[in-house]
Amino acid sequence: MGQRNWMLALCAVVLSATGTFAQTILIRNATVMTVTKGTIQNGSVLVQNGKISAVGKNLSAPADATVVDAAGKFLTPGIIDCHSHTAVEGSVNEGTVSDSSMVNIKDVINPTDINIYRALAGGLTVSNVLHGSANAIGGQTIVIKLRWGKKANEMLFEGATPGIKFALGENPKRQGYPAQGFFNQGPTPERRYPGTRLGVEEVIRQSFTEAKIYQAEWQAYNEKVARGEKAIPPRKDLRLEPLVEVLEGKRYVHAHCYRADEILMLLRVADEMGFKIRTLQHVLEGYKVAKEIAAHGAGASTFSDWWSYKAEAYDATPYNAAIMMRKGVVVSLNSDSDELQRHLNLEAAKTMRYGGLNENEALAMVTINPAKQLGIDDKVGSIEVGKSADLVLFDQYPLSGFSKAQKVWIDGHEYFDREKDIETRPEFEKKKKALEDKEAAEAPAGRRRNGAAGSDAKDAPIAEERR
Amino acid sequence: MRSAILLLVCALVGRGAENNSVLIRNVTVHPVTTPDMPNASVLVIDGKITDIGPHLAARSGARVVDGRGLQLYPGLINAATNVGLAEIEALRDTVDLDEIGTFNPELRAEVAFNPSSEHVEVTRASGITSVVSLPSSGGRGGRGGGGSIITGQGALMHLDGWTWEEMAVKRGAVMDMIFPQMQAAVPRQYAAMLGTPAESLPEREKQYKEKLRQMSEFFQEARRYKQAKLAGGPDFRPNLRLEAMLPVIDGKQPIFVRAERERMIQDAVAFADKEKVKIIIAGPREIGTTGPLLKEHHIPVVMGKTFELPLHEDDAYDAPYALPAEFYKAGVKICFGTFDVQFARNVPFEAAQAVAFGLPHDEGLKALTINSAEIMGAGDSLGSIEKGKWADLILTDGDPMEAKTNVKQMFIEGREVALNSRHTREYEKWLKR
Repeated sequence: MGQRNWMLALCAVVLSATGTFAQTILIRNATVMTVTKGTIQNGSVLVQNGKISAVGKNLSAPADATVVDAAGKFLTPGIIDCHSHTAVEGSVNEGTVSDSSMVNIKDVINPTDINIYRALAGGLTVSNVLHGSANAIGGQTIVIKLRWGKKANEMLFEGATPGIKFALGENPKRQGYPAQGFFNQGPTPERRYPGTRLGVEEVIRQSFTEAKIYQAEWQAYNEKVARGEKAIPPRKDLRLEPLVEVLEGKRYVHAHCYRADEILMLLRVADEMGFKIRTLQHVLEGYKVAKEIAAHGAGASTFSDWWSYKAEAYDATPYNAAIMMRKGVVVSLNSDSDELQRHLNLEAAKTMRYGGLNENEALAMVTINPAKQLGIDDKVGSIEVGKSADLVLFDQYPLSGFSKAQKVWIDGHEYFDREKDIETRPEFEKKKKALEDKEAAEAPAGRRRNGAAGSDAKDAPIAEERR
Repeated sequence: MRSAILLLVCALVGRGAENNSVLIRNVTVHPVTTPDMPNASVLVIDGKITDIGPHLAARSGARVVDGRGLQLYPGLINAATNVGLAEIEALRDTVDLDEIGTFNPELRAEVAFNPSSEHVEVTRASGITSVVSLPSSGGRGGRGGGGSIITGQGALMHLDGWTWEEMAVKRGAVMDMIFPQMQAAVPRQYAAMLGTPAESLPEREKQYKEKLRQMSEFFQEARRYKQAKLAGGPDFRPNLRLEAMLPVIDGKQPIFVRAERERMIQDAVAFADKEKVKIIIAGPREIGTTGPLLKEHHIPVVMGKTFELPLHEDDAYDAPYALPAEFYKAGVKICFGTFDVQFARNVPFEAAQAVAFGLPHDEGLKALTINSAEIMGAGDSLGSIEKGKWADLILTDGDPMEAKTNVKQMFIEGREVALNSRHTREYEKWLKR
């Protein structure tokens, strides 16, 4: 275990020590932005057993309650990111096959990824952690709560429907022609079908054709068994199993897409094969086929303002979210980035400029709407009695660029407190220094580092020499 | 005589058609360099700010804009972009960055600035009236082979004009340099993925020293060239590369030194001292102990994105957010850039995040306007609402650093420019479907 990982582990212990058991908490005098039930000035929220038990104007504190005076501050639901790759250990892509539905992101969640804590510090509480977009049908996906300091299996969002990643357009077809564009470095990789959007459509159609046959074989087998007949079970197929779950509505499809033609293509293949697209991801040209998306019932999880980074992103407009919303699509704004996930409230604020959304519509883009898309809106996404106490306290109006998160609770546990974070910094620096000194003392003479040279020990001998 | 009158009339008509005289009244004026003035007016004649005051009278030929309830700010400046030089990042054919070669001081960004780039209008819509366009994509290995040290000259460009000549505010505003570093160009964890061998420490050390030697040699060569030119001997032949270095070695053109790390900043300052050249530190990701050093040497800093991940895993979560404030508190003059094309329009949000984490609000605004202009050597013509400066103005319904604020009208050199773009056109078109 490297020095840095040691310190991270230490950091995890220090910072999560505050959030180990559920408390009764009364947050009062806050501007409570419920998202679904308006905004309450001088409002209070009572948290008991990890749930929101009361929301109102003048709540009195039960005897055992910890009271948080939030005068001048703003309370919002925990922020939800419908497209994330955070906490994934190593690569997010199993890109060697055009259908990698047998692999599962759940198996590679790293609960010590520091990006979890950094995201929490920006008010994020739930992430839809996805496989990458290298193949038409990608790996299985999972929804997590950012319970920093807990084990990987304790981060899984209980009862959330698992998903599977699909990908259309340039990314899945990039494996089908010699390297160019983004990573024009290194040797040309072996080409892998498909190399066109035509091929992408065919891969999905082919896989679901097989899945339907497989499903029928199992149904026939189960019927025989139910009738008491002897039967040989069909061969188990780990690739087709999750696709059958999709056909049966037990697994959500989150489909990476850009252009209007490919969006429409996917909706039609899904209609024909008899399954639903739960969310269209990125969906930068969703605004061109918003009516069709709404008719299918798919959600759209897009970027606030990304564009022009590749050909299929050139027709993007930051008004995409507003247009789709006005055409009846449930729209969310996502991060797809360890950095962007740290301030999704500010991404939401951009919809007020690009399309004139009001503050509730804007906040919904990163709270209740992604909750709806992930089928967890009965549990999170707004400040309502009975929902999980996933809450963020902002020092200022959260749609202002000048705001920052002060406290974050998940299930009524405090997982982030800015003041405590700042308080622990001197102690943390002391421990870090002690470890660095220890390392320097124990290092072989030739590799001894210069204490003043910053934390990248590998560069140190040169700095010494140059000085 | 008659033809002279005819010419004069033509000139007047031409100027009238350009319509760069305007009286903007009933606005709160935020000059940036002096206190805010509620209910004031600004008079613009022939593209220049000629008067600012509580009740200015309209002039004949100047249109009147009533901005009741609105705020008037100087146009914002993004001090580091690739606007005009790159259209679609992943399509090399649309990208004119990262030329081949180690020393390319003679390359000039403005000559390849595409006035019809969609990014011009898109960037403008957020209140940005000028950008610095740089000839390279960055210091992290770059794309074009990654070995360049001097990548060419960046230009300060207005985001309005028919041609790049009309758009150029200051050609050759900076000499763009990627300071060599020990850090591997391709991080170890990506090396395998990209199929490039991870470089060993001794190998990197060797390359680093070699680059420093080359730099030193190149500057010496430029000095010898200058002497030879002054001597004017019969064998003297012009050399474009070395000729382009003369303003640099004369201390007239600042070097825009991309230096992310504390040690690179220290090395860059030592280099500037040794070579007696003027530098700007660009895109630092840590301050370390360099604050007093930069202050003492009066070296300004162009901050990169505030919205970054911390440089090290064990840095405070908000280290990049607080970084601009740290430079400011150390007494260093800062301004903001985004070092890209796609998000060039978001530079006001980068400043806002810095304000949230400790940079005084007024300093945030200065770091988008007057500081940027001064650092780029255009402080006498841009960056504030002052008499004699270009009328680069934005009328807004709020703080230009806030996402919810709308830019209502924009003037560049006194001309009102459109705020629609590819993005608004798609919006209007498809909302009807």
